[in-house]
Amino acid sequence: MIGEKTTEPLWWGLFSAGGVIAAFLVPIHILIAGFAVPLGWISDTGILYRNWSVRIYLFILISLPLYHWAHRFYFAVNDMHLGVPRKPLALLCYGGAVIGTLITAWVLLRL
Amino acid sequence: MSGTRPDKSKLYYQKVSATWWLKKPSYLLFMLRELSSVFIALFLVIYLIQLSQLIDGPQAYVSFAQKLSSPGWILFHLVVLAFALYHSFTWFKSTAVILPIRIGERLLPREMIIALNIGAWVLVSLVILFLFLALKG
Amino acid sequence: MAEPTVTLNVTRYRPEQDRAPTNQRYTIPYKNDWVVLDALNHIKDQMDGTLSYRWSCRMGVCGSCGMMVNGVPKLTCAAFLRDYYPQEIRVEPLVNFPIIRDLVIDMSDFLDKLKSVKPWIIRKEEKPVSQGEYRQTPAELEAYKQFTQCINCMLCYAACPVYGLEPEFLGPAAIALGYRYNLDSRDQGRDQRQGVLMSHDAIWQCTFVGECSVVCPKDVDPAAAIQRTKVDTTKEWFQSVLLPWGQK
Repeated sequence: MIGEKTTEPLWWGLFSAGGVIAAFLVPIHILIAGFAVPLGWISDTGILYRNWSVRIYLFILISLPLYHWAHRFYFAVNDMHLGVPRKPLALLCYGGAVIGTLITAWVLLRL
Repeated sequence: MSGTRPDKSKLYYQKVSATWWLKKPSYLLFMLRELSSVFIALFLVIYLIQLSQLIDGPQAYVSFAQKLSSPGWILFHLVVLAFALYHSFTWFKSTAVILPIRIGERLLPREMIIALNIGAWVLVSLVILFLFLALKG
Repeated sequence: MAEPTVTLNVTRYRPEQDRAPTNQRYTIPYKNDWVVLDALNHIKDQMDGTLSYRWSCRMGVCGSCGMMVNGVPKLTCAAFLRDYYPQEIRVEPLVNFPIIRDLVIDMSDFLDKLKSVKPWIIRKEEKPVSQGEYRQTPAELEAYKQFTQCINCMLCYAACPVYGLEPEFLGPAAIALGYRYNLDSRDQGRDQRQGVLMSHDAIWQCTFVGECSVVCPKDVDPAAAIQRTKVDTTKEWFQSVLLPWGQK
């Protein structure tokens, strides 16, 4: 409805931040964690990730792009006109990102 | 004269096909760009699972990483990498459109902004790689 | 010597007799310097006076003659036959709009949305004529000039898949024109427009497909205008939430 108040800017802001993080940081991490370490090009015991600064970095790296996914995926499914009802889809996407954020924090705290 | 609005009862409403995005190359590329976010999210989930192995100690972390060397996982990461790179480049292109940079009187050309973004991305990636190699222990 | 010909495959819709649109083929003389509009005028003048379509200036400034040519939104006064000849040329009314008759679409939705962004200079207080004109530096003009070029031809609405799917979406031209006035140094009406621009569905349905800017015949780049409006609106929203004092 035109004229209705909206929290859309919040989600768009998170989407943008997530998009920036994903654009600049994700490719190198795919190379490291998806190829270099598994294939033995680089050895990694993982203890680096127990460092607090590194945990904060990892929290940002993993959680923000989840909001990027949530926003883009919600609109893509709507644009594909699959007839998926809006409110449940929004809950799944944005709720999923929030839950993902909490799980990420929980995991990183326990490392 | 009945005025300027047409008789609504006789209007023909053109329908939009649900597969509109398959009908034009530019629309398909758009949808692939949107779906790249799915693969990025998938990677991050796998990455988090990989990191979480450390809860059970470095041994568990290392043996999980070895599981990721199987052909299936390598293929997964190749697909993920392709979509992540597609996201990066389309993101830099979008940034050039959305955030114009003015130097004095002139606008920086969009190609230049994209090139600067790519340069920054390469730099950041090398810094991350270097820090990882130096600090991983 | 046989004259070269070209065939136009044109949508017909006569509400008094048709349930749904059909099409009709017209074979006309091919002239190297004709545009699709010339072809339509030839058909109407020489072959079938019942064909209905809009046109006016025939030089790309009035925005009247927008139609789909081979599935692409174009000004028919700017679509040269020679770019399609000798293939058959499909001419259809702009998509995403209801059809009134033949190639004529109902633009009321666009006009309502355009009006809703108040595309005119809004002053808190009008300057009396005796105080002289509003002054603007070349740099101030540069800031919004590109977005003044819109001729309201609605090609961008036909190109936008979101407008086709979401009836509430404001659409490229309306948002670009709202943005144009917000950027104009003479304007003081930003607050009045924000209510419309900031609201749900108004700009947020846009997913930056970018096709609007691709088809725009005047290089307005509405896609850029919309994304920049999103940035401005988001900044303002975060400011109003995180720093509520200093807001009215």
